[in-house]
Amino acid sequence: MSWQELLSMIGNGLWETCYMVLFSTLFSYAIGLPLGVLLVITERGHILPNAPVNSVLGTLINVLRSVPFLILMIAVIPFTRLVMGTAIGSKATIMPLTIAAFPYVARTVETSLKEVDRGVIEAAQSMGASRMHIVLKVMIPESMPSLVSGAAIATTNILGYSAMAGAIGGGGLGALAINYGYYRYRTDILLVVVVVLVLLVQVIQLIGTRSSRLVDHRLK
Amino acid sequence: MPSERPAPSGNVMIDIQGVKKIYPSQAGDVVALDGIDLAIHKGDIYGIIGMSGAGKSTLIRCINRLDSPTEGRILIDGQNILTMGDKDLRRMRRTVAMIFQQFNLLMQRTVLRNVCFPMEIAGVSKAQAHKRAKELLEIVGLAEKADAYPAQLSGGQRQRVAIARALATDPKVLLCDEATSALDPMTTQAILSLLQDINKRLGITIVIITHEMAVIRQICTRVAIIDGGRIAEKGNVREVFANPRTTAAKRLFRTTAEEELPPGKRCLRLIFDDNRTYEPVVAGMILASGVPVNILSANIQTVAGQQRGQMLVELPDDPEGAERALSYLKGKQISIEEVNADELAGTIVHDR
Repeated sequence: MSWQELLSMIGNGLWETCYMVLFSTLFSYAIGLPLGVLLVITERGHILPNAPVNSVLGTLINVLRSVPFLILMIAVIPFTRLVMGTAIGSKATIMPLTIAAFPYVARTVETSLKEVDRGVIEAAQSMGASRMHIVLKVMIPESMPSLVSGAAIATTNILGYSAMAGAIGGGGLGALAINYGYYRYRTDILLVVVVVLVLLVQVIQLIGTRSSRLVDHRLK
Repeated sequence: MPSERPAPSGNVMIDIQGVKKIYPSQAGDVVALDGIDLAIHKGDIYGIIGMSGAGKSTLIRCINRLDSPTEGRILIDGQNILTMGDKDLRRMRRTVAMIFQQFNLLMQRTVLRNVCFPMEIAGVSKAQAHKRAKELLEIVGLAEKADAYPAQLSGGQRQRVAIARALATDPKVLLCDEATSALDPMTTQAILSLLQDINKRLGITIVIITHEMAVIRQICTRVAIIDGGRIAEKGNVREVFANPRTTAAKRLFRTTAEEELPPGKRCLRLIFDDNRTYEPVVAGMILASGVPVNILSANIQTVAGQQRGQMLVELPDDPEGAERALSYLKGKQISIEEVNADELAGTIVHDR
């Protein structure tokens, strides 16, 4: 295999990984963010207290989070096939990645939103804010720095899972590392893939930390 | 039971009738408010004072229904706020603004956008809100800080922003929940003057919750003393200060020296009003009785523009000398109370 072939293979894997991670992160936030909000506001003494919803949701999230990713991925294959048309390849992997990540995202969002001072929420209530106003104009904007750093961690986690997905028919850098580096004893490919993954994590974390600081006005 | 009284007269802004608040807990119910009746008139600066745990915070939070009373009625400008639905409640809250001890500003918004916030949720257009916010920042003296973030401001400045924000929806009532308790004395003075100014200029009824006597003394027109979930005493600030009738009131007014009265001694509290403050009563008493008298503490306070002096003296052990001193004092235009270490209330032995 020539260097050019290797390079294009890695480039291709990187591209697949990127879009897999990007879309999985987006979808898991689309599901996890509202659930995180719900977890916080249904708590006792919050703006929409509802003990049954809160405990059912909490339990469901805990159950999903305790299933090992590899098992979860295999378990949802029929569902993935049903929705995506196939269970193989990087596009199909978005489904199990999203299912694995959204409970984690919900918990991360919950932790961030809980940082918002109760007094500030109360002040908004005293001004006649509705629950929707409080969530959209107080809780989320006030916890933005924390939400952003949480998102960087979530994205890194999803990147890790996506590499794992390579083991059972997923695409991207993980598949490359396993198919060439492991099964065909190409340690050099394995090493290059690992280096690329490390760089990717660095970049995600750097962007996360920087933008978190950028949106935080408590420090200046 | 809510008392069915005749409708309040036209100048009552906040009418609190038989309000009770009970917090159920496993160790038994906690009664935070135990039948509060209070009428606050339009344009008043009404002080509600009490020790921590007396129920004053619960009471003020009931006035805009951040807490809901277990029993009773609260009318604001004639409207019963306890039976309101969600939508009416939110509309009502725009007319009853509130400021807090911890300011509770939005830390990720600029000062200007903080002041815009209540208008934003009320559906006021952005341009109009900006214009109004700038006017309000002018009123509170922070126009040049419009683009700063709360983290860049001092405590006093943050409270000014909170006041501007509270005024944004043209409220009829401003509730102040320990609004100066986190501020230093100088800043407290400035914030109180601002509140007084707002009361005069805009005619907004102000309710102040505090545990600090100085706050009541400086700006309130009327005061209620709350103790153990009940109103112990209420009325004109000057009268209540001059003649506290209840133990709760006296406990609030007493000085630290009074907490350490010498046990087993006869002690007197002398209360001077107005021009009597400067008369050499003590010197006269010592000359007349011929025995030395120990002064335990003395202070002069200005209450609602009037000077009021308080002095604690310990009578001599010699009973005859003590009698002579007492009879001299009774001839003077001052109030005298016998106090001792165990009994806070004291017995009035001579009333001017």
